[in-house]
Amino acid sequence: MKKKVVLIGNGMAGVSCIEQLLKLSPNLYDITIFGSEPHPNYNRILLSSVLAGDADMNDIVINDWSWYEENHITLHTGQTVSKIDTNRKLVRTDGGISVPYDELIIATGSLPFMLPLPGADKEGVIAFRDIKDCETMIETAKKYKKAVVIGGGLLGLEAARGLLNLNMEVSVVHIHEYVMERQLDQTASAMLRAELERQGMNFLLKKNTDSILGKKRVTGVRFTDGVEVDADLVVMAVGIRPNIALAKNSGIEINRGIVVNDFLETSVPNIYAVGECVEHRGVAYGLVAPLYEQGAVLAKRLAGIETGGYHGSVVSTKLKVSGVDVFSAGAYADGPDTRAVRVQDDFEGIYKKAVIKDGKVIGAVLFGDISDGSRLFAMIRNGEDVTGKEKEVLLGEGGGKAKSGVDLVAAMSDDEIVCGCNGVSKGAIVQAIQEKGCSSINDIKACTKASGSCGGCKPLVGDVLTYVLGADGVKSVKEGICGCTTLGRDEVVEAIRSMRLTTSKEVMNVLEWSNTEGCSKCRPALNYYLGMVWPEEHEDERESRFVNERNHANIQKDGTYSVVPRMYGGVTTPKDLKKIAEIAEKYEVPLVKVTGGQRIDLLGVKKEDLPGMWADLDMPSGYAYGKTLRTVKTCVGSTFCRFGTQDSIGMGIQLEKRFERLNTPAKVKMAVSGCPRNCAEATIKDFGVVAIDGGWELHVGGNGGTKLRGTDLLCKVKTEEEVLEWSGAYLQYYRETGKYNERTSEWLERVGLDTVKAALESKEDRLALVERIEKTLDLMKDPWKEIIEKQELRKTFEPMDTQAAQTIL
Amino acid sequence: MKRILVGNIAEIAEKRSRVVKIGSIEIAMFKLSGGAIKAIENRCPHKAGKLSEGIVCDHHVFCPLHDWKIDLHDGQVQAPDDGCVASFEVEVDEHNGDMWLHIADESILAS
Repeated sequence: MKKKVVLIGNGMAGVSCIEQLLKLSPNLYDITIFGSEPHPNYNRILLSSVLAGDADMNDIVINDWSWYEENHITLHTGQTVSKIDTNRKLVRTDGGISVPYDELIIATGSLPFMLPLPGADKEGVIAFRDIKDCETMIETAKKYKKAVVIGGGLLGLEAARGLLNLNMEVSVVHIHEYVMERQLDQTASAMLRAELERQGMNFLLKKNTDSILGKKRVTGVRFTDGVEVDADLVVMAVGIRPNIALAKNSGIEINRGIVVNDFLETSVPNIYAVGECVEHRGVAYGLVAPLYEQGAVLAKRLAGIETGGYHGSVVSTKLKVSGVDVFSAGAYADGPDTRAVRVQDDFEGIYKKAVIKDGKVIGAVLFGDISDGSRLFAMIRNGEDVTGKEKEVLLGEGGGKAKSGVDLVAAMSDDEIVCGCNGVSKGAIVQAIQEKGCSSINDIKACTKASGSCGGCKPLVGDVLTYVLGADGVKSVKEGICGCTTLGRDEVVEAIRSMRLTTSKEVMNVLEWSNTEGCSKCRPALNYYLGMVWPEEHEDERESRFVNERNHANIQKDGTYSVVPRMYGGVTTPKDLKKIAEIAEKYEVPLVKVTGGQRIDLLGVKKEDLPGMWADLDMPSGYAYGKTLRTVKTCVGSTFCRFGTQDSIGMGIQLEKRFERLNTPAKVKMAVSGCPRNCAEATIKDFGVVAIDGGWELHVGGNGGTKLRGTDLLCKVKTEEEVLEWSGAYLQYYRETGKYNERTSEWLERVGLDTVKAALESKEDRLALVERIEKTLDLMKDPWKEIIEKQELRKTFEPMDTQAAQTIL
Repeated sequence: MKRILVGNIAEIAEKRSRVVKIGSIEIAMFKLSGGAIKAIENRCPHKAGKLSEGIVCDHHVFCPLHDWKIDLHDGQVQAPDDGCVASFEVEVDEHNGDMWLHIADESILAS
């Protein structure tokens, strides 16, 4: 008969130990797991992502119900183990279940530390520890406004950021003058606070909480200095303490945590403990990496495999708050016998510090740019001697960096965790490379999930690859346009031209795509390239278009669509406005909004209503959804404005009528301003026109979105005809040389302004480009009209009729 | 178990999908290259994206919201993501192209 192992605690530490045990010896034990939460095993460190809205509950489940079944694990959720009978080797739960064990693992984790304040038992006072707390916060935010988070540490700030995302007003109360003082030095802490204040967080520092105010529900918080603040929700995030009650009652030796030796053995034979409930060599850890390391050692022990034991962990911290990059590891504080290398750049908001003692890096703090985090962390763990090259630790020295990354990987033991989010060790990555043939970071991600969550360990994963395969073996140098090919954009387009390929199927066949029908990345790209090279011969492949370009409307998060009618230059008429208003009422459009590009957006339209609405509107599509010319934004110009020097509205309308419906590598936005005051903001557009006295300035490559980029001046011209000629030539040159999905701002930086200027310099070249763009434009038809008129297209907007015919099987 | 007539194969274009609503459940019917018909629930397990609007590549569909890749044979979400969409058996009448969906009574009630 198999031996029985029982795990108390269905959290990350215990279950990761079981996972490793199953890998080492799958059939050795009958496994039973008890968990007091009613969920399968989930990733507690990603709770802050749930709160921040980046993930939902399902996203953070590590092992779903089926995993337990597949591995023949008996799982009891919602059951709290209340007693361990160490003599008879039995555990009992509060629900009356009794199970014998041969080996017992205690992984009861930790409990949030609740300050014993007067009023702490009021409704609306919670911790931030489990899914239930998350749900409470999300529910509270729907009804209430003001939140106070007590505790300015890692957990408190993550909770506070989550509450900001839920549109609450958030104040963080902290006993110290500096937030996260246990992980950051004062400089980094001040930078962090400034950034979070910018995001809308309010800080009450050097404050001691005296009591929680309110009757049944919390209404406020009073501090020892007499100050009071209003609060509808109080989140206590002042720390955690190991959950040791069960062990204590069962006669197992405890101190701050359950005392274990290097093999995770407690004072009672056959009882082990891992994770946050444990105290090892006087240290109780509250972070993820140590618990994986402990779990790995215990799994080996239980599987009867030799192990050197667990010798403690050096820990690192990363703040999981969007838009803020903070990293801290080891002994980050300055001491009398330490010296540090520091980089501080107020312009970029970057701060880096490496603390060095006796020639070794013992700690580091990074703010703003944490790309060196895993490398520094490895140096700290390995205790490499950096005497004489201290500065290179932060500043690097001509290629020395990459080499040392690989050296550090070589020194890592197989158990060491590379990806903290998903608990992937160096050994697991090496195995994926050797046994499953992984040869790129993407392969590793697909195979092991390492670097798949926060992505912070990507450089380290790269180093592991280089370490195993050598620099030449790693497939990172050349990435194809997608995972189906190693060919880049230029090679694909060249093949399309030289071999006269006119369908995606041909391209994928001839160029030996690894997936016969491609993927969601290459299919739309190939469709664009084919249409660009062969405007007449290539038939647009509707099935290769993204949903928005196929349905000619913008899909929204709930599966409804938005409709934006064309309104050339942003100019409309009372008649059109009335029509739009009536149609919005007729179709009960939930939201009518003016867009950033001076158009009217009708949001929340059901797919089946789209063709009818378009027919009623009888206006062209505003193409607010595609990789195409979106809008030409204009200011009033000389038509009415007392400063206007030219007719910017007229110029804008001409441009929009000329280039509407054009397929481009990525969306294209234009604007025309009537004077250098530039009210149409033309200098952050893909193509911007600014009127000057007696002419026009043409600006290119701007972007006001993801990555702000001001335009470069292409040239100045005198007449409206010249504006049209230059804009046509410029757009066609972008169409012919841009990568699919590459905005002009990125494209211009890649190819260089001088290249673009040279390509457009001669009138002959410009006219040739204009001729080619016109050929394409002549073939374009209004898509809304086409769908209304063609029955076979129109019916795809409706569900199929299910017939009455059915039989019972 | 019910067997319901949901339309004709001619109503779906290759590498495209049409939707049928049965009770409260929405099912996406896909036609693969070569004409095979596949049926899965029209709801991505990630953020409930409409899979019927995704790009179809061989026997996979990519969710239009966040690009999850789902096998149309069995509804399995492909690595590195994880999960499963309900899939349904489809019977195609070889003579007239009628499509019959096999669906358990409880799956209509359950959703």
